[in-house]
Parts: sequence; C-alpha cells; structure tokens
Amino acid sequence: MNTIKLALKVDDLDNVATIFAENITDGTEVEIRDKKGNSELVHVIGNVPYGHKIAVRPIAAGEHIMKYGESIGGASRDIAKGEYVHIHNMKALRGRGDL
Amino acid sequence: MGYTFQGYRRPDGKFGSRNLVAVIPSVICANDVAQAICRQVQGTIGYFHHQGCCQLPSDLKRVTQVLLNLGLSPNVGAALIVSLGCEGTDHQRIYEEIKASGKPVEIIHIQELGGTSRAIQAGIDAAQSLVMQISGQQRETADISNVIMAIKCGGSDTTSGMASNCVVGYVADKLVDLGATVIFGETTEFLGGEHILAKRAVGGENGPVGKKIYEIVDRMEKRAKAIGEDMRGGQPTPGNIAGGLSSIEEKSLGAIVKSGHRPIQGVLEYTDRITDQKGLWIKDAPGREPEILTGMAATGAQFMMFSTGRGAPQGFASMPVIKVCGNPITYERMCHDMDLNAGRIITGEKSIEEVGEEAFAKVLNVLSGQMTKNEALSYFGSIDIFCLGPVI
Repeated sequence: MNTIKLALKVDDLDNVATIFAENITDGTEVEIRDKKGNSELVHVIGNVPYGHKIAVRPIAAGEHIMKYGESIGGASRDIAKGEYVHIHNMKALRGRGDL
Repeated sequence: MGYTFQGYRRPDGKFGSRNLVAVIPSVICANDVAQAICRQVQGTIGYFHHQGCCQLPSDLKRVTQVLLNLGLSPNVGAALIVSLGCEGTDHQRIYEEIKASGKPVEIIHIQELGGTSRAIQAGIDAAQSLVMQISGQQRETADISNVIMAIKCGGSDTTSGMASNCVVGYVADKLVDLGATVIFGETTEFLGGEHILAKRAVGGENGPVGKKIYEIVDRMEKRAKAIGEDMRGGQPTPGNIAGGLSSIEEKSLGAIVKSGHRPIQGVLEYTDRITDQKGLWIKDAPGREPEILTGMAATGAQFMMFSTGRGAPQGFASMPVIKVCGNPITYERMCHDMDLNAGRIITGEKSIEEVGEEAFAKVLNVLSGQMTKNEALSYFGSIDIFCLGPVI
C-alpha cells in the first residue's frame, strides 16, 4: 500500500519508535515520524518485524525505555540509535509473562 | 477560538446531541412489547436489556438506577417505561424521577392492561404522544464545555495503540483543555498500567483518587479470583511478545493512551452519572461492548469515540458512536462501518495531529446531528447492564 518504511514515535518523550513496514532487515533505512509529522531517516540495526520497536536515540543501560510518554521498562544493556528493542535488551520492571 | 455545537437543551441545563423518545423495558420480560412499540413509532429507540428480575437486591437496585440514568441522559427527550407488573426493578421510581427531571414520561403495565396486544396498543399511543410533544424542539447553540465524551477501544490490533488510540487521546486532551468532560473505562485494561493512571490522578498516587484506581483494579481481579481465574498471570502473552509488546506496561499503555494525558479527576461507579463534573474521569466498567456502551450512555455521554483495528461495528441506540479505525486495510474493507480513517497515520499519509483535528471536526458535526455509520445502519440492537451477582 505504501512505500514509506515508517517508524512511528507517538510522544515527544519517547526514545523508541514502532515499525509499520515489512521486510525491515539489518541496515534498512526507515523514516521516523513523530505525532506532528516531522521525520528523520535512520538505519536499522537488526531484523525488525512489523509492529516491533527501534531506538530513536542511543539508550544507556539502566535508562527507561519510553513509549507513549511513559516508561515501559528499562534497558538491560546499552542500545544504539536504530537498534531493535525488545525483550533481549530491555527488561520489564513489573514482571513479564514468559519468565 | 470558541467552539460550539448545536444541541437540544434539557431541563437540567445539559445539551443532547439527539432528541429521542426512549422506550425503557423495566425487565427483560417486557422487551417484546417494547420492541413492537419501537417498530411502529418513529423517533423512538428501545433499551432491550436482559435484566430486572430474579437477581439479588443489590443488582436489582443497580438495574433500576441504570435504566433511570438512561432516561435522564441528555440525548433522551422523553421516556416511556414498559413494565410487566411483577418485576424486581422499581419501575415506579424510574417513572417518578424522570418526571421530576422535567421530561415528559409515561408508564404502561402489561399485566394490568390485559396482556401483550393491549399493552402494545396503549404503548404505541403513549409513544406517539411523546414524539409529538418533543419532536418540534429546535437545536440551540451550546458551548463546547457542555460536551460529555465517552471513549473506548475494541477489536484492537497492532495499529490501535499507535494510531487510532492516539487520535482519540488527542481529541480527549483537546476537549478537556476546552473545559468539557471525558470519561473512559475498561478497568480490565488498566492491569499492569494502574500505577501510571494512579500517578495521573489529582492528588497523586496516594491521594483518594489514586487509591480508588488501585481499588477498582483490585476488586475486578478479586471477582475473577473468586471463580478461580488469575487475570494478571502470563501477561503479556507469548502472542503479545511475538507481536512486539515487550512488557505488561507497554500493553496496558497502548489502551490507556486513548485517554490522553490530562489529570484524572475521579472515579465513577457504574451507576454514577455526570452531573457537573468536568475534565477527565474514569468509569469502573468492563470492556465488553453491550455493558460499557450502556454504562457510558447512562453516565450521560452525548457520544462515544471508539477506536478499533480489526473493525468493531456496533453502536448504541441513544448515543452516537464514532468509529476511528487505525488499520488502513480494515478501513478500506469496512468503510461502511468505520467513520474515520486513522490508518493514514500507519501509511505515512497523515500525522496523528492532522487526523486528530479531522476527528475533532467530526465530533462537532456528530454532536450537531450528523449520523455515525452504525447509527445510520441501526447497528445497536444488543445492549446490556453490567451486574455483579448471580442470576437466581
């Protein structure tokens, strides 16, 4: 439907964006859009499925992962800009179902 | 800028977005008579619920209160109570209190009138008379601060949290900033995110409102535990994790974001109405459509914004429901059910704020009389009242 490889960031405080495109693999260039429509191009690190997240700036180990303007967990190691963010490099601070 | 809409002024000072005669069965056993009346008389709607008898006293009180609240809601101009005669609800109280509110109201009793056909005849005459009394009322200009919006999401998918819920949240913030009232519920969805909501409460996490938020989540979990179910365990599910959700907070926030970012003023019980409360409020209601739509209409909401991804079609008889669809594919497939295409955020065609402004313009139109798609299709037959105890 669209050719834009979109990563959507919904709150100004967020340090992650959600990918809405298929076939996003290591090195793919995606367009981060914020709620006002401002955009920035970034190269993805890792293979990122549809609906999963990338970092929009470097995140240090122990820092909060911010989405919707709120903390959704903590970085369990340093995360680079553009890097895939999921349960391998962030820990939920209030429990996770698969553990 | 002073935003306004065209509404029907009610005796209590509220403004309705619709001017309907509500046919209110006081018990499930009166539904067929009420339906026959509604079929015949234009300008009526019915609340065909399944309660009102063989329930514990607290639930019967609850059903009475919700039916009364529906009659008092601003989109209702007049009411006809259809009573069987031996039900457990207090039909006389519903009648008296609607009358005291200044609205035209009638009551018929099926057993007293001599059965179905005679009750239908009497009911048609009464409903027609009520329609004749209110249908000439003109809309008047009302300030935006008179708006009472309910919000909900249903049939959600990956797009909901990032597109449609963000649009609803944008409208919620804008309305609160303009002095209006916004109500959200779905207590079940607070699980894992209740600390975030509690911190947004007026008075903070440890104030009375913050504590009440924890309390409504806790009592909902206890009701599940009473029948041996643990709602918190295993969240997010392996399916959620495969879909990209990394924590229970992330899952809950995806739903909570539709309430926007303003402070939470308080918690309303299922049987509470909005009288003069302004700002953002929580209603302790479950997420299932029939019960929450009924609960929100009974609270006094003039309309609802409903976010969906997979395509939930249903509305409510006396409360227009605006469907905001986050999934662009669903919107194309179900464009006769979906009112707004927030899927353009996902395709990169529009920003959240641009679609948010379109949604706000839609809200003003619907408040002033434009039908929603489910309203035009009369997709609102299944409703119910949320009860807590067993059926006897």
